[in-house]
Amino acid sequence: MAVAAKPPMIAVRDLHKRIGPQEILRGVDISVGAGETLVIIGRSGGGKSVLLKNIIGLMHPESGEIWIDGQNIIGLGERQLAPVRRKVGILFQAAALFDSMTVEENIAFPLREAGERDNRVIEQKIADILEVIELEGQQKKMPVNLSGGMKKRVGLARAIISQPSCILYDEPTAGLDPVVSDSINRLIRRLQERFHVTSVVVTHDMKSAFHIADHIAYLHEGRIYFYGTPEEIQASTDPLIQDFLIGRATLAD
Amino acid sequence: MLSRFFIALGAVVVSFFVYLGELVVLAAESLRSAVTHRMRWRLFMRQMVDIGLLSQLVVVITGGFTGAVFAAQTYFQFNKLGVASGVGAVVSAALFRELGPVLTGLMVTGRVGAAMSAEIGTMKVTEQIDALRALAVHPVDYLVVPRMLAMMISMPLLVAECIFFGLIASYLVSVNVLDIPGPYYVANMVRWTLMRDIIMGLSKGFCFALLIVFISCHKGLNTREGAVGVGRATTEAVVNSSLAILISNFFLTMFLNVIFPAGWQ
Repeated sequence: MAVAAKPPMIAVRDLHKRIGPQEILRGVDISVGAGETLVIIGRSGGGKSVLLKNIIGLMHPESGEIWIDGQNIIGLGERQLAPVRRKVGILFQAAALFDSMTVEENIAFPLREAGERDNRVIEQKIADILEVIELEGQQKKMPVNLSGGMKKRVGLARAIISQPSCILYDEPTAGLDPVVSDSINRLIRRLQERFHVTSVVVTHDMKSAFHIADHIAYLHEGRIYFYGTPEEIQASTDPLIQDFLIGRATLAD
Repeated sequence: MLSRFFIALGAVVVSFFVYLGELVVLAAESLRSAVTHRMRWRLFMRQMVDIGLLSQLVVVITGGFTGAVFAAQTYFQFNKLGVASGVGAVVSAALFRELGPVLTGLMVTGRVGAAMSAEIGTMKVTEQIDALRALAVHPVDYLVVPRMLAMMISMPLLVAECIFFGLIASYLVSVNVLDIPGPYYVANMVRWTLMRDIIMGLSKGFCFALLIVFISCHKGLNTREGAVGVGRATTEAVVNSSLAILISNFFLTMFLNVIFPAGWQ
């Protein structure tokens, strides 16, 4: 099974999740060490996003355990989950920006909710983070006027501004041009190196996966089919893994 | 065949009680949150503007024309009996005890309840509610509580406004069109309108505020399946709130009439 060397920040044990008649997760076991970046790859509709939503308590599994920083979150109510969620940021696949707020208000939201009242501090933090995501001067725009890639970067800014110790990324580079993708990859790496942020990244982008991952997990049919370092996955001779890496459809599909 | 009918009927009854249960849970959660959690004044003020301030025109027109038409119809009947000057008393009692709160409730349902369920429903299907939750903000604290408090304050005021303009319009129609002597009209109206009628109207407004806000927010928070789902949630919120107002109005009348009996004594 997937066991990280360092004490795990996130540990998922035998997780089962059903949506309607379909069994999406069928016993996922995985753990992510503190400060480590785990990339989860797998086919579309394979349950990668569902796994992330279970980890942050937005969905509730049928059975299994989810440990975040030493606390089992299964069975916690919405209000009891709040302290855990303050440690974990999430970038949604479609960014999920608040569409009635400007870019600035979206990014400032976690700060204001955490009780920050000093507008100068907030403005400075927003200006800094907009520089990092290369959206300087876009504070006043509404989300509806942003491109998909820009929305994603604002969503990322909102997820990281309160400096959570763990960040979950749902397809951070999907739909972005190669240059911006690269800058997002660098940002993920930099957060890890500078702040020792624990990251779980769901992606289809193998270039990105190899760039940022400490470990890669391949989610297949609701279970972790493969777990290893980027080198190990590249060296794998497993036909399923090979097909995924080079993007080949097999006759079985 | 018959057993299948009873199974289907049972399922409907059970789902109705489940729905009532969910509404009660939402109401309890909102009231508790309003007491125990930090107040978001900015959101509350925005809701006061949306619900209270901007509903006024609709409510004034509703009240005005209802008062006018009710005065005319009452006059047509009363005039035959030679008690035309009693029109003011009837119109006033009807507006305070029934028409004011119910019509304001229905108009606010259409204007505000629909907007609540559509806005919250859209946030639900675009994952904005999930984003709130992931940022450790409870959707009830952020979305329901400011709306609930704004409704609790706005509705009795809107009911009062509706009744006020209803009375003005009924006076204008009675005196200028129907030739009822103004002083008799006013004297009868004042004599037959008591403080308990006013309290009854405003208490009904307050109760309808709670029905509208919980039914509409509940529909919004439970929206599924994209644009169609938002449309369905909005329709159901308006229909359910309207029916809840009309049904609860009967029971409120029977109950409140014990405390605030109708008529001059």
